[in-house]
Amino acid sequence: MTGTATGQLTAKDFTTDQEVRWCPGCGDYAILKSVQRTLPELGVRRENTVFVSGIGCAARFPYYMSTYGFHTIHGRAPAIATGIKLANPDLDVWIVTGDGDALSIGGNHLIHVLRRNVDVQILLFNNEIYGLTKGQYSPTSRRGTRSPSTPKGSVENPISAAALALGASGRFVARTVDTHQKRMPQILRRAYEHRGASLVEILQNCNVFNDKVFSHITDKNVAVERQLHLEHGKPLLYGADDSRGLRVIPGKFELEAVTIGENGITKDDILIHDETNRTLASLLAVMEPPALPVALGVIYCDPAPTYGDGVRQQEEVADSEASLENLLRGGGRTWTVME
Amino acid sequence: MVVRIHRGQLGEKMGRNTAAARSPQREVVEEVVIRFAGDSGDGMQVTGAQFTQETAIFGNDLATFPDFPAEIRAPVGTTFGVSAFQIHFGSHEVRTSGDAPDVLVAMNPAALKVSLDDLKVGGMIVLDEGTFNRRNIAKAGFDSNPLEDDTLAPYQTLRLDISKMTLEAVKDLDLSQKESLRCKNFWTLGLMLWMYDRDRRATVEWLNKKFSQRPEIAKANVAALNAGHAFGETAELSSNLVGFTVAKTDVAPGVYRTVTGTEALAWGLVVGARAAGLKIMLGSYPITPASPLLHNLANLKAYGVTTFQAEDEIAAVCSAIGASYAGALGVTSSSGPGIALKTEAIGLAISTELPLVIVNAQRAGPSTGMPTKTEQSDLYLAVYGRNADAPLPVLAASTPTDCFEVAIESVRIATKYMTPVILLTEGYLANAAEPWRIPDPDDLPSFPVKFRTDPEGFQPFARDADTLARPWAIPGTPGLEHRIGGLEKDSVTGNISYDAENHQHMTDVRAAKIAGIARDIPQQEIQCGEETDVMVLVGWGSTFGPINQAVRQAREEGHSVAHIHIRYIVPLPSNLGDLLNGFDRVLVPEMNNGQLLTLLRSTYAIDAEGLNKVSGRPFRVSEILDAIRTRMGDAS
Repeated sequence: MTGTATGQLTAKDFTTDQEVRWCPGCGDYAILKSVQRTLPELGVRRENTVFVSGIGCAARFPYYMSTYGFHTIHGRAPAIATGIKLANPDLDVWIVTGDGDALSIGGNHLIHVLRRNVDVQILLFNNEIYGLTKGQYSPTSRRGTRSPSTPKGSVENPISAAALALGASGRFVARTVDTHQKRMPQILRRAYEHRGASLVEILQNCNVFNDKVFSHITDKNVAVERQLHLEHGKPLLYGADDSRGLRVIPGKFELEAVTIGENGITKDDILIHDETNRTLASLLAVMEPPALPVALGVIYCDPAPTYGDGVRQQEEVADSEASLENLLRGGGRTWTVME
Repeated sequence: MVVRIHRGQLGEKMGRNTAAARSPQREVVEEVVIRFAGDSGDGMQVTGAQFTQETAIFGNDLATFPDFPAEIRAPVGTTFGVSAFQIHFGSHEVRTSGDAPDVLVAMNPAALKVSLDDLKVGGMIVLDEGTFNRRNIAKAGFDSNPLEDDTLAPYQTLRLDISKMTLEAVKDLDLSQKESLRCKNFWTLGLMLWMYDRDRRATVEWLNKKFSQRPEIAKANVAALNAGHAFGETAELSSNLVGFTVAKTDVAPGVYRTVTGTEALAWGLVVGARAAGLKIMLGSYPITPASPLLHNLANLKAYGVTTFQAEDEIAAVCSAIGASYAGALGVTSSSGPGIALKTEAIGLAISTELPLVIVNAQRAGPSTGMPTKTEQSDLYLAVYGRNADAPLPVLAASTPTDCFEVAIESVRIATKYMTPVILLTEGYLANAAEPWRIPDPDDLPSFPVKFRTDPEGFQPFARDADTLARPWAIPGTPGLEHRIGGLEKDSVTGNISYDAENHQHMTDVRAAKIAGIARDIPQQEIQCGEETDVMVLVGWGSTFGPINQAVRQAREEGHSVAHIHIRYIVPLPSNLGDLLNGFDRVLVPEMNNGQLLTLLRSTYAIDAEGLNKVSGRPFRVSEILDAIRTRMGDAS
């Protein structure tokens, strides 16, 4: 990938003249900034980049990017993006979506864009709430969440975006946090470089309707004990001075958090992260405090042929530009009526 | 060999006189309607299609009506498992699949039971008496054996043990009993091809191609086909069974083939996309009776077609919208229930002003309704069925071959005006076949799309002064990066706008753009009759055949009646109002409860009257003719 004729682009080249209309303090600002910073580093061309969104607070995102952008209808961005990639496989397509958009009204499309392995990046802003409609509980809201539509608390179980993505045969699943401005660009780069559908769940704070919903993970005083930053080939260590780690409970197919040096545990007992291991990924994806830390970073990455590859292969086999004569006369019996 | 022809009438009817019946001379008839009916596993659709092919090659004009059950394999021998195929062919122009069969081929008692009431009195029945055992007779709902009581008295019945004769024909071929019996439709086809003096070559070719992996099956079917044919020849000499001749239809010179509405539609879309210089991206989800279009286009990759079987109807239309946004011709196809699901996305295409062709192969409803039965009751859905003021062009095909031209027109309008277009077809049109004069590729239209490439002065919603279309600026074009969406947008920049005057303006301009298409479509013609006639019948869609035929017959009887058939439903042709106002009476036959009627009454404030039928079956000519007679009184 090369920059445009004008040379190396900067974050500023990816901003538009549209006033950003998210609430002051919204986590979306940080994500927008991170994306605008990352794209020039990836060397993408503006004209070759399309941001597609559905409906919700996150879905305003394309209006703030000076690339091509399509703000579509609720939940359908993956389907529109699939059509865009089928018509022009050379475009870089990013889907921006939220937890309601991707996991409730658009759940079906999310499953299938992952299953087909369409070469797109999906940024799923998860704030566990419906923001744009003023604060109803969402499919990722935890049980007991009080909201205008659940005044006595939600009685539903939340869905895990990462676990769903793995279940849908997704080949790239990552997770990050809105405020992680150093780590997020790395994850965005990995998602971009991955050929096929890549899902990045971004834990995003809605300071108006669901403030501090992730504070049990993100607060400074707990972060180090409740966040595990995954690195391929490295032990699954976290905590102050990497004092804690994950291992498989002997005799059980289950992870546990252990402390190095306690009960005879050494670093050799700690699992090594293998991002190509789907089984491990499925365990990491659903870890929750307090028993286990939240897995952040690339949970799973195991490339496979993309949907576009398969489609193009079949189209290449078909001879290009067959004549209309062949179309209208071929494949059936014809007869001639003379003057 | 003994051919038992009951009631002793058949020879007289077929041969007119005994002398003729005894000689191998064929009787000349002008037209015939044959219905092939059997169990859904009996292969009646294949039989009908092959008879159609041979008839077309012979040179008769024809129309067909395949009528099959919703069940894939309904319980054997039941009436609801009966699959039928009706063909009407003649030595003159044929406009409908025929009101009532002259000949019924019944492969089992249930097929006889279902079709008997439709058969013309005095008509011929060819039946497989090998299937008339007590069990099958009871399953079909006959109280007693119809071969033994007077059920068949009004008809000429040719009782043949087709099952037995088929087994005999293929006995040397080492097939199981079940496989052998499955050839009996080809035995029957062979007999019918003999009876109407048709060739067998295309059928033999078809069999060899179809069963190229299982040559023994091809061989058995060919053997059965030949045996059925030979039976006719032999019986002709030895009994009073006669053959018929239906002279060739006098048609314009050219190269012909048969097409179904679905094929014509698929090819029309390809030809239209070629004319526009675009590739097609069809997003579709399986649904009866629209799926055959998906199957057809899936085989046309070599012609620049990509097909995408989406996860649901909504994804299907959305993928097509995405493809159009990226510079392909997005097409989506479905039937009523699926179109209902696509509604919100169609609104998005209207709001973002992207080209899109939406094919609705209508079926009987509401809700799931009767998926395999035909109806034209989605006119309201097409014209009005969206939230807010969301106009789009609506076109309707009237015959299987008309699907070709309407598809090309839909592509032209969608790309020229940057708008979704709804193309209405019907289950009946999708499956029915007729002969088609293949157009010369040099005579096909050309209307190349020009994508915007110049960044100078580019505004996503600045409009062409003539068409009011916005520029088509596709991703990948440097300097034209812009954002679009379903929120109301500024009338020039396309940026989000909640401005009151802007919304009024955008609503008005979206309506004006569609209304303006009336300047770019042909004036409404009168299909039959004169402007000075007293009454006009106004139709749309597949009712063309029966309305046209009924009007012609009524005119022959001396009634002052005309026929107008509407292809462009939105916008209506600009002269239609004046035309209709010139008649004293306007009668609107439709296979719905009065939808075009409402549109015409509300558009032109005329006192039009409806003639409505929603039985899941096409109009009969006689039903429309009776309606004309009732209203016009004695012919003047």
